[in-house]
Amino acid sequence: MEFVVISLLNGITYGLLLFMLSSGLTLIFSMMGILNFAHASFYMLGAYFAYQISTWVGFWPGLLVAPLLVGAVGAAVERYGLRRAHRFGHVAELLFTFGLAFLVEEVVHLIWGKTSVDYKIPVELDGTLFTLFATDFPIYKGFMMLVSVGMLVALYALLTRTRIGLIIQAALTKPDMVEALGHNVPRIFMLVFGGGTALAGLAGVIGGNAFITEPGMAAAVGSIVFVVVVVGGLGSLGGAFVASLLIGCIQTFSIALTISITDVFALIGVTLPEGSQVARLTITQLAPVLPYLLMVAILIFRPRGLMGARES
Amino acid sequence: MNSAVFNHGRLLLWGGFLALAFALPLVFKSGFLVSLLCQIGIMVVFALSYNMLLGQTGLLSFGHAVYYGIGAFVTMHMLNIIGKDGGPLTTALLPLVGGLAGMLAGVVLGYVTTKKAGTTFAMISLGIGELVAACALMFPGFFGGEGGVSGNRVVGKGNLLGFTWGPQVEMYGLIVLWAFLATVAMFALTQTPLGRMANAVRDNPERAEFVGYDTQRVRYLMLILSGLFAGIAGSLTALNYEIVTSETLNAHTSGVVLLMTFVGGIGFFYGPIIGAILISVMQIVIGGMTHAWLLYFGLFFLFMVLMAPGGIASVIAIQRNLWLAGLFGRMVPHYLAVALPVLILLAGLVGLIEMSYALLAGEGVGAGDTATKVMKMELHLNTPGPWLAALGVTAAGLVLTRWIGGRTRAAWNSALATLHGDKS
Repeated sequence: MEFVVISLLNGITYGLLLFMLSSGLTLIFSMMGILNFAHASFYMLGAYFAYQISTWVGFWPGLLVAPLLVGAVGAAVERYGLRRAHRFGHVAELLFTFGLAFLVEEVVHLIWGKTSVDYKIPVELDGTLFTLFATDFPIYKGFMMLVSVGMLVALYALLTRTRIGLIIQAALTKPDMVEALGHNVPRIFMLVFGGGTALAGLAGVIGGNAFITEPGMAAAVGSIVFVVVVVGGLGSLGGAFVASLLIGCIQTFSIALTISITDVFALIGVTLPEGSQVARLTITQLAPVLPYLLMVAILIFRPRGLMGARES
Repeated sequence: MNSAVFNHGRLLLWGGFLALAFALPLVFKSGFLVSLLCQIGIMVVFALSYNMLLGQTGLLSFGHAVYYGIGAFVTMHMLNIIGKDGGPLTTALLPLVGGLAGMLAGVVLGYVTTKKAGTTFAMISLGIGELVAACALMFPGFFGGEGGVSGNRVVGKGNLLGFTWGPQVEMYGLIVLWAFLATVAMFALTQTPLGRMANAVRDNPERAEFVGYDTQRVRYLMLILSGLFAGIAGSLTALNYEIVTSETLNAHTSGVVLLMTFVGGIGFFYGPIIGAILISVMQIVIGGMTHAWLLYFGLFFLFMVLMAPGGIASVIAIQRNLWLAGLFGRMVPHYLAVALPVLILLAGLVGLIEMSYALLAGEGVGAGDTATKVMKMELHLNTPGPWLAALGVTAAGLVLTRWIGGRTRAAWNSALATLHGDKS
């Protein structure tokens, strides 16, 4: 019971963080048809910016400024890079973001070095929020949940309750019509790209100190975010939400389970032959591949994803 | 044999390249050159196999290293088996084994990946690539864990025609032979109905389906064949370096082959060959000169995506068309005129990047007013002087490039207009 509750809480925290990344990716994808390969790089930039700001003026200004900076970088990338690549088609756009991810990693190497930086949780948030079955639940995880949920509610309100949100939604499906009505669609695209990257940046600000801030963090998270988007269904925000929580929970549960595959099969009454390398693997060891296995299974049995509307 | 496909000009060109490949190490007896050429030969096969997907079938894969890596690992294990028990196989034939392993991986994994085309394929290939890379660390028995698997290529009954494949030059001969065979086979494939259908599936999948072809099957077959050639390339790597690590099948290797192929040009058969040669040489030559080489590489790639999305091969092809139309001479002065400001701009940028690297990566920057060696110059990086100079050169280059570049572009557009006007 204790294990289930604690893992569930951890899984939801991680899942919400994943959703902050995958929601931006999904919005950008459904609006512009661009699969932003560099999305996780903006997550990394968010963490590094916040680290840099925290060394100068502390954590709290960074929480606000770093995502805005990342959003500005994202908007500039859209304006001066992607819009140009767009003329050459989707492959060129995808390759542009791929090259960008490569470049961002190199620049991070250059400025902050190849090892991890010491980006710490602020002292105000360092402590125990509550104790459940003798396990401490840190304040910072509660704070992460609060920020993610707050951000998501704000995003939802923005998209469905405001004028700009309605225009964005309209531009998602009928960009030509929206343009004919006198709205500057390229600028809306730039705003959405900037907004999506700012979300990724915010995820980096609160995720960077919870996990680790190092040049490899973009690559580590990037492929998981892609799995989330595929599992949830390309272009579906609801699907991305469900898939984020699902994968967050799968990862936290599997990391904590030390039983081996032989034990799992023993539970259902099947005895595996001794000695094979596969049978001796524990669930913990399998943890890194489980999201990918889930993705492959989804692709075979439900190719449009959990909640995808179309098969692209 | 179709005489239009294997005409005299083409036979001469291919024969010439083969002769050149064999002659180079005999003329220049340098170990450095031979190892560089070995690397190029392997990468040519790998990049060409990748272009079977990207260029010919329109499948952007982010996990092509999987087939390359599996070919390499299987080859290494076969090599070790031959070394221990002696087998019917010889070292020279092992690329065939690696190729079959890559092909088998294509049969299994391609079944999942090729269900979709386009963006979805790109994401799935990435996921599969990550899956296999993660598995590589989970099964140290086969993949050798962190240290990889190593072996010795001088084993077995070997000694085919008196070669032991021990010396690097003999290995080079083997690589050239296999690379040539693979290249010919891949070129021949483009001329088959399957190759043509792959192009149709790339350009207009809907229409291809209406004509009665199963696009998924075409993609699947192309991926299997591409896995075969990637496996051969991986096998050659295993034999050449005599060690295979999990690095061989990770995302980085997949990224490098994508960059190579794209920079060379995906629209032409010979594009990836140019890319493989260029990037291998850059990697070794520029990589030996500066730590910032990956940064330059990334910038170069972005520049190519934005400015010449057809790659180097397309640039060459346009020059050739201009030449044939008698318009090339008219462009030469413009090319020369624009070269100077571009060089100035490049000099400024390189200066800025190198100084940043020296300062930030902390390569011997002392405290106080000590000079740092940047590109063989003694510079005081903590004074504004060198920075202002580099910024000035960059700005001057930028302004001049925009000014002269605009005129070159106008001339270029008018030349292209004449070219296309002649055609229609």
